[in-house]
This record gives sequence, C-alpha cells and structure tokens, in this order.
Amino acid sequence: MCATLLVVVLGFAVVRPRGWPEAVAAAPAAAVVVLSGAVSISAAWAEIRRLLPVVGFLAAVLVLAQLCADEGLFTAAGEVVARVCAGQSRRLLPALFVLAAVTTAVLSLDATVVLLTPVVFATATRLRSRPMPYVYACTHLANTASLLLPVSNLTNLLALAASGLTFTHFAGLMALPWLVGIAVEYVAFRLFFRAELDGPVPAPLPARRPAVPTFTLAAVALTLAGFVVTSLLGINPAWAALAGAVLLAVRALRGKRTTLHGVLGSTSPLFLLFVLSLGVIVKGVLDHGLDHALDTVLPDGSSLPALLTIAALAAVLANLVNNLPAVLALLPTAAAGGTGPALAVLIGVNIGPNLTYVGSLATLLWRRVLHAHDTEPGLARFTLLGLLTVPAGLAAATVALWCVLRATGG
Amino acid sequence: MRVVAWLTEATWPAVVDAARTWVPEAADVTLLYVTGDEPAAAAHGAFAGLLGRGYRHARDPGSQVEAISAAAAADVLVAAEQRLARSATRLERHGRIEREVVHAVADAALLICARDGDPNRLGPHSLAPPTRFVVDHAPCPVLLVWPQPAPRIDTLPPPPPHP
Repeated sequence: MCATLLVVVLGFAVVRPRGWPEAVAAAPAAAVVVLSGAVSISAAWAEIRRLLPVVGFLAAVLVLAQLCADEGLFTAAGEVVARVCAGQSRRLLPALFVLAAVTTAVLSLDATVVLLTPVVFATATRLRSRPMPYVYACTHLANTASLLLPVSNLTNLLALAASGLTFTHFAGLMALPWLVGIAVEYVAFRLFFRAELDGPVPAPLPARRPAVPTFTLAAVALTLAGFVVTSLLGINPAWAALAGAVLLAVRALRGKRTTLHGVLGSTSPLFLLFVLSLGVIVKGVLDHGLDHALDTVLPDGSSLPALLTIAALAAVLANLVNNLPAVLALLPTAAAGGTGPALAVLIGVNIGPNLTYVGSLATLLWRRVLHAHDTEPGLARFTLLGLLTVPAGLAAATVALWCVLRATGG
Repeated sequence: MRVVAWLTEATWPAVVDAARTWVPEAADVTLLYVTGDEPAAAAHGAFAGLLGRGYRHARDPGSQVEAISAAAAADVLVAAEQRLARSATRLERHGRIEREVVHAVADAALLICARDGDPNRLGPHSLAPPTRFVVDHAPCPVLLVWPQPAPRIDTLPPPPPHP
C-alpha cells in the first residue's frame, strides 16, 4: 500500500492537476500511512522530528537566497560578469561556471535554477553571445555543483542528518569530488558547444558600473563563516542560516523592500510540508520490504567498485523517479554502511538528474504527454550533453571521493 | 527578388554589411531573427525538475527567459535596420531556429547568413548545428559570410595524414 501511495504522490507532484500544490496529495497520503498502521504514530513522529531541523535549515537558506535576489545580488553578479567579459566572449563560459557553481554551493540549487538562470540568460544576451551553452551550464551546475556544502541541495541536508557528519567534515570530504565534477562539465561543454563558444568577439558594450549590494554580500559571507564556527562548536549550522536570513529580512523589512508575507512565503511552506510527508511515506515503503531489497542490492563497504556501484544505482533511481524520493529511500541503508556509501549516494542523486532534462523520467514522460503535438525543443541535444557529462562526472567524482576517503581515513 | 538576411546574436552586423554590399537596390530585404525555444524550455525543464516547488508557478525562470528573449529580438532587428540604412521588412519568429529559418526562405532568391566557430582561422568547426542544418536544407542560394575579416590563408589546417 505504501508503495502505491508513493507512486500516487509522485505522480500527483509531476502532473499537479489544476495546479494544486504537491502537498495536497502528499499530506493526506502520509496521514493514511500512519492511520493504517503501516508506520506507527511514534515512528512517524520520530521521522518528522528527524526531518524538521533539515526542513528548517532549508527554509532559512531559501529565504536567504530570495532576499539576495531582492537586494539585487544576482543582477550585480551578472553586471560584473558582463564587464569582465565584454569583448572577450571566451571568458564568458568560465566566468558563468564560477558564478553558477558558487551560487549553487552557497545558496542551493533552487537559487541557481530559479534566480540565477534568467540573469545568466540576460547577461549572455547583452553580450550578444548565443545563450544556449550558458543556460545549459546553469541547469547542469545546479545539479553537479550542489555536491560541496550541506546547504547546496536538500539531498545533502538529508545525508548530513543521516550520516552524522559535521558541516565542515562534509564540505572537506566533498570539495574534491565537487571540483572534479565541475571540471568534467567544463571540458564537456567546451567540446559540445565549440562552434557556439568559439564565435566572434562582439563589440564591447558601454560599461555600466554594477551596484554591488555590499551589505548583502557581507551577510552571505558571515553566514558561511557561521556555518564553519557553529560546526566547530558542535551547534547546528541551521542557526547560522537562520541568523543570516533574519539579518537580511529585518533590513529589507525596515527599508520596506519586502513584506513579512513575502519573507514567510519564500520559505515555501507547502514544499516543506511536502518533504515531511514524503519522508513518512518513504519510511513506510522502507519498513515494508524496500530496505531488505536495498540491503541486497547495495554493495557493502567503501571500496572503489562499491562506491561506483552505489553512485550508479543512485543515479538510475534518481532518473527513474526523482532525486528526492531516491535519496530518502537509499540513505538509511547507505548511511548504515558508513560515510563513503552515503556520500556516493549523493554523487549519484545530485549529478544523475542531468541525464533526463527535467530530472526524472516520470516528469519527462508527463511533459511529453502534455506536449504530444509539439516535441520538447532541444531534447535530443540535452540528452546527448547528459550522456557526455553524467557517466564521466559520476565516475570521476566518485573516484575523487574514494581518494579523499583513503587519504583521510574516512 | 526577395533576399533574407538571417541575424544571430554576435554575427548580425556582418550579415547586414553583406546585404548592403551585395544586394541590389531593387531587391526586397527581409531581416530575419529567430528566437530559439530551447533556452526557455531548458529553464522550464530545470524548474520542473525541482520536485515539490512547482506550485509557485510565477517563479518559473522559463517565463522570464521568454520575456528577455522577446526584448532582445526586437533590439537586434531595430539595430540591424539602422545599420542597413534602407527600408527592409523585419521578421521575427520563434521555435526551432533551423527549421524556422528554412521555412522563412521558402520563396526567397537568396539567404545571407554568417558562419560560426573560431573566426581567427580557416577550417572546422565553422557551423554550429542550426547553421549546418540551414545550409544543408535551404531551398535557395546561400551567401555564407565571415563575421569579421577572413583570416589569412596560412591558417588553413594541414591535410590529414595518408592512411
């Protein structure tokens, strides 16, 4: 029954009939799982309590990212890139790679997809460069560059909670896989888009001096420092994210540049409810057989073949459904095997979604149904790009993780 | 006689200059700009992949990309007409770039477009996939121009080694 409910909830989230929020199906389904006894009330409550700090952390980061956008941080970053690259189109790809990678790592993949992509597109257009490679760079790096910090991706926050790693330990172990994953993407983009990227140098634009919101930038830097300090002191780094979000929110509220409703809305409360509900439903699925099945499928240990297999399986599952349910299902088993398997799962579920254009086959199929008379533009090219980057990125990042684990002793 | 000048982001000045140089005064010039649907679709797709966040539809970055695209297309067409310094028909389309261009030149006597790739040396990869398709499928003569002064002949790559 739990598996059926999970399929219904995921199907609803993909189709979203009448545009209803995903939580409309997920919350009642979680209630059914509990009321039917598939997951006891105490177990469900334990799961929710386990996920609540994760969800709170995510909410703070979402607010932080939205306030950065409201204060013009992304627009200013686009202006800086435009100034650096005016008349030097070959600089544009590395500059935007750095911008997208840093944005994803610090402010999460949501920030890159929702807030940065339009800025990058506008920047490329202003520089009279073909925007396609740069838009695809955003969509790819939103996934691949989300390996570095726990805040970069909800999947990482879930793994942080499951693995018992500290914020800084997580970042230390994932720094090399993050860099290697981005390097693979960069080389692949240079090859794949060579005709577009090697185009002529457009005339330089009249330079506009960007108005960098220094207070906002300082608040983000302080928040990052706060992650390190809280982690070293054994305090939950979510408090640092909350402090950063409150600092920016109070300033924006006093300046009447946002409203309390706007700030609370940017926490995406219905999304957070969806995550909690999904956690309870997936627990039901795990308790009723999936955990044993995964026990037999997932290899033991942190040997290189084991880590590669785990990353590949995680990528396949993320592509079949979506990386969120995939990580909820895989983490309990993987984390029981140690730090290596848990982080290998993350490499799989974070890089893997670049293969299927919209992050999962289910979403893709539904979009194909919606656009039955109008094929998805660029689907073949995107898939080709994914085939070029994903297997290589998965393998290279996993080897890098294995090297780091060997060097540090785990 | 109808001549279509296909304008793309970085290379449109060279295409307009070629039209000024080679197209007779009596000919009708159509300035064509095609907005590709691919960037907006990629942004829509990335947003759709964020499971659970779809209900906040106003945040879909694909919609913003579409709006910026429309403004950019209008800018290029206006700038191109000014550079051409003669009357011309502005034609803006969107969709699959390569197919829209081929359809737009169905009844044209000439298509002018620019090559892609590294402009500092002779040789491949001189045509990005959409341009390759247009050159292969255009039902009219095609004038392919360098986007800037052509490089010297000594940039020609050496012949491949004999098997």
